[in-house]
Amino acid sequence: MSNLANKKPPSLVALSTVFVLFWLVVAAFPFLWTMWGSFKVEGDFFSRADWMNAITGPVTERQHGGPFTLDGYRGAWIEQEFWRAVLNTGIVVFFTVVISLTLGTLGGYALARSGFKYTFWLLMAALVFRAMPHVTLVSGYLLPFFQMNIWGYLPTTIIVLVAINQPFTLWMLHSFFLSIPKDLDEAAMVDGCTRFQAFRLAIIPVMWPGVVTTGLFSFLLAYNDFTVTSMLLTQENATMIPKINSFLGSTQEEGKVMYAVAAVVSAIVPLFVLILFFQRQIVSGLTAGAVKG
Amino acid sequence: MPHKTFMAFIWPSLLAMVLFIALPILSVGYQSLFIEHKQILIEAETCGPFGCNKEVTVDVEAMADLRAEQPAGRFNGLGTYTNASHLAFDEIGEIFATSENFGEIRNRIMNLPFYKALIFTLAYTFIVTPLVIILGFIIAVVVNSIPKLLKGPVIFFSLLPMLVTPLVGSLVLFWMIDSRGIIGAGLQALFGDPTLSLKASPTLTWITLFVYGVWHSAPFAFVVFYAGLQTVPQDTLESAMVDGASRWERVRFVTIPYLMPLATFIALMQLMDNFRIFEPIIGFSAAASATSLSYLIYNDLRAAESPLFGSAAATSMLTIVGVIILLLPVLRRNWREFNRKT
Repeated sequence: MSNLANKKPPSLVALSTVFVLFWLVVAAFPFLWTMWGSFKVEGDFFSRADWMNAITGPVTERQHGGPFTLDGYRGAWIEQEFWRAVLNTGIVVFFTVVISLTLGTLGGYALARSGFKYTFWLLMAALVFRAMPHVTLVSGYLLPFFQMNIWGYLPTTIIVLVAINQPFTLWMLHSFFLSIPKDLDEAAMVDGCTRFQAFRLAIIPVMWPGVVTTGLFSFLLAYNDFTVTSMLLTQENATMIPKINSFLGSTQEEGKVMYAVAAVVSAIVPLFVLILFFQRQIVSGLTAGAVKG
Repeated sequence: MPHKTFMAFIWPSLLAMVLFIALPILSVGYQSLFIEHKQILIEAETCGPFGCNKEVTVDVEAMADLRAEQPAGRFNGLGTYTNASHLAFDEIGEIFATSENFGEIRNRIMNLPFYKALIFTLAYTFIVTPLVIILGFIIAVVVNSIPKLLKGPVIFFSLLPMLVTPLVGSLVLFWMIDSRGIIGAGLQALFGDPTLSLKASPTLTWITLFVYGVWHSAPFAFVVFYAGLQTVPQDTLESAMVDGASRWERVRFVTIPYLMPLATFIALMQLMDNFRIFEPIIGFSAAASATSLSYLIYNDLRAAESPLFGSAAATSMLTIVGVIILLLPVLRRNWREFNRKT
């Protein structure tokens, strides 16, 4: 029956196909271009002579005997010790996600099941906190952290990222727990469970879809953070994004720009893989807030 | 749920938010009332074989002592808020008193760092947000009409610009618009002007940042609208058709009103996110022609010798006020809805 409503004249089909193709190029081409270019030398990727050089790579061939080179990656990962930043990012992201989700599920569950007025105020406060530019918070941390001598360490950054993550995690898990019927845990409590037992035995087994979706967004926040990590970590403890930024300051000489390009591609690839596997969850997470709010 | 159980569940989360979001805001408020210590100078006479020289140096030891004693600096009241690099009341008054026409007033206000950042932040927020909603809607409608097989890959590639780190995404574009990069070179060829550079003029830099903003956020609007389109009631669409509504009229009078709540949601999220624009300015090295409030704070904290805590804190407080003004309509609406429900 919907066939009739969806039937289109051929001109409209052609127009929409062209538009979709155009959008695909706009969205994806910059990344593919940079990935391809990261295997070239600077003379090709930033070619004065002809932009085709970035595709064919004549200068790369002259310098390295082949159209592709791993020079940028070698320089970034080994010479500039990008692997250390990758390791730090791994630590920060892992602990941020785990701690955020633990605190967030408990808090989100409580907010979803309590009918008192203060839950509204807590959620509104969380909304305001979510809107705070992170750098304003960072300017509040720096001085106290210097004084307490906890500036520059990974655990400090992890706790700060967890806290900044909380408003969002609470909102998302709160609306997810609202969609789990109340009867489920109330039945468990009628059977003699305490509230916590009901949570553990009745809710935890069914909450994983919501937790995975929220976890993905916590992951993205921690992985993508630049403001907090660049201000709160020392040079040795730097994570990937601040490290890339520090490459830019010291890459004026020939060839060093490619280190940054290689590092940028290295930072994009995990996201690529993430979207590949979790596309459905990401989409449902993005729309969850919209459908409920 | 009784209050006690509620607290038992929520206290870790609450503690984290109070310690690392609420207290820092208070700490920022406190810091904004102080400024850096005056330098303690000592005059020393060094006498050599060729006569004596008077030298003025900073007494490093005394400064360190003073800093340890009063780490926030010396009390300045609201002085930081009104000085030339923040609200600049004196300068504004003078500009209005001595300028001849509107253009001059505008140019001179744009030279004050706070107003320059404020104007860019507001322009970015209120130009990018509607464009994102419009573009996202168009993409969603079009993608909804293509064959099912193509939808998956299209969504996959559409998510990329949004999920990639803003700094990384802006760097990728920055390298492409470099005059030796593909887009930069392409534009030069297109306009036949080999000196054309998107980085040279402030206007072009602003436009570049706006384009980046739309590119970065349109996928979000697209995904939300696309999900909404799946739930548009087919019956209404068909009855509109029976009544003789054209394709455009069906979109205009059925689909758009149905998706209006989603547009409000996207607008809210976008206003919050765009107001804190920061990373693209670093990624595009655009600080010379476009700064935002967040960038000003970052810059103060990154100041060469010692961070300008007072100045950063004052800008932070003003930014927070901005965020609250931005959110007021939303908070009021939520409050009314909540009251209606209970």
